[in-house]
Amino acid sequence: MTQKYSLNVNGKVSTVEADEDVPLLYALRNDLGLNNPHFGCGLAQCGACTVHLDGQPIRSCITPVSAVGDSKIVTLAGLGTPDKPHPLQTAYVEEEVPQCGYCINGWLMTAAAFLRDKKKPTDAEIRDALTGLKCRCGTHVAILRAVKRAAAMMG
Amino acid sequence: MTRQDKSTIFSRRAVLKAGGALVVSIGAPATLALAADDAMAVAAKPPLTPDQLSSYIAVNGDGTVAAYFGKMDMGQGLFTAVGQIVAEELDVPFKAVKVFMGDTATSVNQGGASGSTGLQEGGKQMRMAAAEARRVLVAMAADKLNIPVDQLTVSDGVVHAVSDATKKVSYAELIGGRYFNVHLDWNGKYGNPLYAPGKAQPKDPKDHKIVGQPIKREDIASKVFAQEDFCTDIKVPGMVHARMIRPAIAGAVPVSVDEGSIKNIPTAKVVWDKGFLGVVADKEWDAIKASQQLKVVWSDTAPPFPDQAALYDHIRKATPRKRSVEPAETGNVDEAFKAAARVIEAEYEWPFQSHSSMGPACSLVEIKDGKVTCWSGTQKSHFVRAGLAAILEMPEDAVHVIWTPGPGSYGRNDADDAAMDAAVLAKAVGKPVRVQYMRNQGTGWDPKGPASTHHARAAIDAQGNVIAYDFVSKGFSRVDVDTNGSKPFDTLAGQTLGVALKSGDGFGVPAESYRFDNKRTAWETIPPLLDRASPLRSSHLRDPVGPQIHFASESFMDEVAAALNVDAVEFRLRYVKDARDIAVIKAAAEKAGWQTRPSPRKDQTGDKVSGRGMAYAQRNGTRVAMVADVDIDRRSGKIWVRKFTVAHDCGQIINPDGIRMAVEGNVVQGISRTLWEEVKFDHKTVTSVDWLTYPILDITETPEQVDVVLINHPEIAPSGAGEPSSRPVAAAIANAIFDATGVRIRRVPFSPGNVKSALS
Repeated sequence: MTQKYSLNVNGKVSTVEADEDVPLLYALRNDLGLNNPHFGCGLAQCGACTVHLDGQPIRSCITPVSAVGDSKIVTLAGLGTPDKPHPLQTAYVEEEVPQCGYCINGWLMTAAAFLRDKKKPTDAEIRDALTGLKCRCGTHVAILRAVKRAAAMMG
Repeated sequence: MTRQDKSTIFSRRAVLKAGGALVVSIGAPATLALAADDAMAVAAKPPLTPDQLSSYIAVNGDGTVAAYFGKMDMGQGLFTAVGQIVAEELDVPFKAVKVFMGDTATSVNQGGASGSTGLQEGGKQMRMAAAEARRVLVAMAADKLNIPVDQLTVSDGVVHAVSDATKKVSYAELIGGRYFNVHLDWNGKYGNPLYAPGKAQPKDPKDHKIVGQPIKREDIASKVFAQEDFCTDIKVPGMVHARMIRPAIAGAVPVSVDEGSIKNIPTAKVVWDKGFLGVVADKEWDAIKASQQLKVVWSDTAPPFPDQAALYDHIRKATPRKRSVEPAETGNVDEAFKAAARVIEAEYEWPFQSHSSMGPACSLVEIKDGKVTCWSGTQKSHFVRAGLAAILEMPEDAVHVIWTPGPGSYGRNDADDAAMDAAVLAKAVGKPVRVQYMRNQGTGWDPKGPASTHHARAAIDAQGNVIAYDFVSKGFSRVDVDTNGSKPFDTLAGQTLGVALKSGDGFGVPAESYRFDNKRTAWETIPPLLDRASPLRSSHLRDPVGPQIHFASESFMDEVAAALNVDAVEFRLRYVKDARDIAVIKAAAEKAGWQTRPSPRKDQTGDKVSGRGMAYAQRNGTRVAMVADVDIDRRSGKIWVRKFTVAHDCGQIINPDGIRMAVEGNVVQGISRTLWEEVKFDHKTVTSVDWLTYPILDITETPEQVDVVLINHPEIAPSGAGEPSSRPVAAAIANAIFDATGVRIRRVPFSPGNVKSALS
């Protein structure tokens, strides 16, 4: 049944009208015009739809809009800007990581939460933190370089 | 438009050089200036045809340059490399060039993203066009400055006298905002072979300043900061969302559709015509729900597929539809085998594989006022235009396809199908329709890389020399459906709507330079398992049939070397004859620290063992050699490709960083295809439908090191780098497994279960 939901996205509160079972992904993309989270699988298997919910990476493709409540949502567009980039974004540009770039939300949003909580991670810790995310172009080697570069920037 | 004819240019220039009355100065009134150079610069754009310089290059009013490119970048840096070529030839800063890719309204059909020809063919044309633009601009400057052409030079888009830089005129002043009106010598071909040079010669590579530099990709930041629109992001007013419905038994068609079953979903509507079945709704989630909820009775169709376990037997037993020996046989292979002291023989198998692009395909089509606009992530927008025109029964001129980056593309994936489905739906509902497939369709219903078997044998004489080599691939066609969507019979929409079918035949042979006195390499194709609208229809997947062929041929060379107790690199150097091939093999071995000895290693015990393997191949002029260093856990069957070393020669390097990243992607995707990827199916349909049922390489399995050695040949025109390093990956890994264990694995994928059973 259609209801109104207030969503706090990237620091701005907006209202959307949606059925309670509509995944957050569609509310963000189609109602709020935030195209950065992508539909990859709809099954929480790939990460292309990842956003932060109160700082934690979640898969917006399986998260009903009705379950979000007052939680603060941050999308890739809210992570940083060209003027105020997140270190991961700087590192991604420096290392020229993306090829098609469709998977990028999963890697950046997951790595951002990981690096916030874990300083000076080892190679194995980075790999474990990112396991399960998909990149079909095979940019994995560059992803590891960029996350290590960002980790160094973040001390 | 008035087409400038060459003789007119000459005669007019002759007058100018003689100091004729038409000479004007920069300060002359605009009308006079126009009168002087209107032959080569015009206010109205000439037609978008391959024989017009304006179809490739324009100078804007601010002096920036637009390059219109009939190919597109799938993420491997082509966008940047083409910009470098154009900037180099025009003598403008790299930052002054913007490349516009794959829009049918602004570019001619240069073949789209195809066969790693972005630079090999597309870049070649853009180089010639940019060189011609520079030549024309300098000629125009000669007129303006009254200085002969040979006393002029160009710096950063300003033409000036060699002897006096103050005698100058900029490109912007010469033509900014107007169009070249210059005829090119077009070879009459469209697609990859399109070539239309002007009179200019491109620069000598020794003078290159921008080409060859590791300029950063310009398209990265927009992706990283979420500022780029993918084709999935495009919206137009009045647009509705659609989803397609595919049968649970491949080949079945709807017999009845219960529209009442979705009446609770607002705005949901069925589009059904023969085998074509989709739903549309105003909201995307409603379209998804409707597609899942709709009750459909399907035809009672016999399940079309064999036991998957019997797939390779099916291929072996099938009557070939076509056989081809390429190139012609050397010597007499059959006679040579009769004289052999020893024959080495092996057979290899490669499964169907899926593109499984990161997102399922999406397209938006709007039909309005007799015009069609399509946004698509296709690799071949000009061909999609033809396909849309055919299925909508409209003239091609009325169709505009705007290439917009899709969710990953590695060949003929599901993008062209989505464009056609969107067109059929848009026509049916009279509104713009955005269709995106669901994950199970993106993996389950994309055109597949063909499954194949490969039989190899070598005749050895009494001294241990290879005297004959016989290699034949047999498998499904790489063009069961063609590599582009220009014909409805090559798309799901056309096939479900019942058009007459036309399955093509194509495969390939190993690309190498082994010289054996008697040599025959051949292929045979067999008919598809299901002829119409099949989830196992086969087409181009990155480096089409290259990985399967070279898995077999390069594993086999390793088998022969091992059988003869010869080091794998030494064996290759004994028979490989091409100097550039030899150079990449040596470079890869040297960089990898290759130790000369026969395989397998004999110094390891226990469950954890390591090995190294070499493989090499050519691809349309490019040469690649690779060494895989692999760790194997015999107990679990788990393989970790710890390190990959690649030597790569694609002639002239336009951007070394671009190649390095493309090679890394090929290697990782190649490892994924080798270790994990196999499309599963049952009698009814494909059962690989997501990332659990079609696993790919995980970041925890990524090599710790990929070393890339680039060999630059500025004197040799660039060949491709987008795919060649895909093809030797599987063999390099298989050869490393043999080196470590003494066990030869001849069937991909090398998943833990398969490896464990092979080792036991």
